[in-house]
Amino acid sequence: MNKLDYRQEKDTLVIVPQGNLDKDVTASHWRQAVNKLAQTQPKKLVIDAQDLEYCDGAGIALLIELKSRQEQNNGQTKIQGLRPEITELIKLFDPGQPAQPKRRPSIFRRVPEQAGKAVVDFFKEMRSQISFTGELFVKLLCTLSHLGSLRWKDAFLVAEKSGANAVGITALLGFLIGVILAFQAAIAMGKFGAEIYVADLVVIVLFRELGPLLTAFVLAARTGSAFAAEIGTMKVNEEIDALTTMGLEPVRFLVIPRILAAVFVTPLLTMFNNLFGVIGCVLVMIPMGFAPITLLNQIREAADLTDLFGGLAKTFVFGFLIAGIGCLRGLQTKTGASAVGDSATRAVVTGIIAIVLADGVFAVVYYFLGI
Amino acid sequence: MDINAKSIIKVEDVTIAYGDFVVMKDINFEVKKGEVFVILGGSGCGKSTLLKNMISLVRPVTGKVLIDGLDIVTAEGPELREILSGIGVMYQNGAMFGSMNILENICLVLEEFTSLPRDAMELVAKMRLKVVDLEDSAYKMPSELSGGMKKRAAIARAMALDPKIIFLDEPGAGLDPITSAQLDELILELARSLKITFVIVTHELPSIFAVADRVIMLDKNTKTIIATGDPRELRDESPNPWVRQFFNRQADVDAPA
Repeated sequence: MNKLDYRQEKDTLVIVPQGNLDKDVTASHWRQAVNKLAQTQPKKLVIDAQDLEYCDGAGIALLIELKSRQEQNNGQTKIQGLRPEITELIKLFDPGQPAQPKRRPSIFRRVPEQAGKAVVDFFKEMRSQISFTGELFVKLLCTLSHLGSLRWKDAFLVAEKSGANAVGITALLGFLIGVILAFQAAIAMGKFGAEIYVADLVVIVLFRELGPLLTAFVLAARTGSAFAAEIGTMKVNEEIDALTTMGLEPVRFLVIPRILAAVFVTPLLTMFNNLFGVIGCVLVMIPMGFAPITLLNQIREAADLTDLFGGLAKTFVFGFLIAGIGCLRGLQTKTGASAVGDSATRAVVTGIIAIVLADGVFAVVYYFLGI
Repeated sequence: MDINAKSIIKVEDVTIAYGDFVVMKDINFEVKKGEVFVILGGSGCGKSTLLKNMISLVRPVTGKVLIDGLDIVTAEGPELREILSGIGVMYQNGAMFGSMNILENICLVLEEFTSLPRDAMELVAKMRLKVVDLEDSAYKMPSELSGGMKKRAAIARAMALDPKIIFLDEPGAGLDPITSAQLDELILELARSLKITFVIVTHELPSIFAVADRVIMLDKNTKTIIATGDPRELRDESPNPWVRQFFNRQADVDAPA
């Protein structure tokens, strides 16, 4: 029978473990034994181990813990009748003064420290972004002035992965948004008998705002994260170091082809998104009784080329931001198992924030330019 | 190795630190042309960090690293490029680019530094692969190679531009004794036949005794070099007991590292 018995004899507490003191027995007796010791506070603790047959790591930990607590209370401990092999194990495992976790500083110290660290980190991050942007522009200008130095094969491969392979998802998303917008707008417009203007609304919203924005979001989630993960993995595998010591600057070799590819494919994907959005809208409106030719004329009148190109102009900037941020996060990857995942997450989050910020700037600029 | 050979690398008064934490200080040593030079020391003493400083991946706080007379610490632009074209590096896991096959990995360096036509580049790359006994693996992807093959492929890539110096970071790490010994043979063969200088970071004793002409030993506690010389002499005659223990592979609780 595996158990722990307790016996109080004047100033002495006797604990009698019997049978096996393994992790299961220890788990059910640990609190009880420790509490018993705390309550009785004996001058002497005797562990009568004559009937103790086996002791695993957890059992030894209990014996050591009891001994150590007794020492803290200036009491004596005697372990008697212990089998020699268990005595050996206690000697082997006794941690002496085990390392303690660092004490957390008080909140009055912690808050200003953390605030200071956050500010310093923010400025460091800004500095690295500014320095990266500067390096990027210099290398981009160099590449554009010597087009032969661009790694065309890589650029086309990236364009295929982030562009051609994303056509399906972008088109589907555009189509669904067109359908949803048309249905939602039809309810409100229907109240005024102005369903025909649903086409105006959908087309203008898609061309000017939602088309570029949604495409950019898809790209940030699909391509920005992929760039960060790919470059991050290369960083972890020392491939970036290898490039550097081979005289191949990582920015020119890895970042520029990706940026050019992303800047090139974002407007194209946006056009797909716009086209399928319009198709979705038209497919909703035809059953409402509008002839396709009527809808086409309405769309032509509703949006002009300024709307279309105003939206597309933004996508060049979005593409640049997505690829630039994805690559930067990849290059900033630290070591460790979770580092690549962290970089991919940061690439998507920063990318989406940057896209929305840039879109806000465009909105203000377009307002003042009257576009 | 010619004992009267000139120095090809001079490390002068190098101090390496991360923020306030000093990794090593006042490091001075020279590597002679054509020698197989080993940097060794206990785990965590900064061997690989020193190597990274010697190849300009990390800049030391103070000091110079002269490679063939040019200081790689302060070099930038074309000067740095010139130094880098004269050295090759093999990283711990090979660091072959996973998106390219082995041949393309080697051609990449040639594309960057030469204007050879593509077929000539491929021939040069295949010649390098022949030397490391990987001629049949030219069109394989790095993921298809074993650990030892990846390292040999990385040596082939490091040799692409006929460098004067090849740096190797832990060449024997993660390899079985036979593969590790084959790699040692290859290093000796290249040092002998092509007169390449090797700087190797390792703490694998069989490799050290097999290849090293000279070693320096770094110490984590004093953050300096505690021994320099022939590994056999250090094993038998070093005045520092810990150095002798290290070379004789003796466990001792009083050892400083």
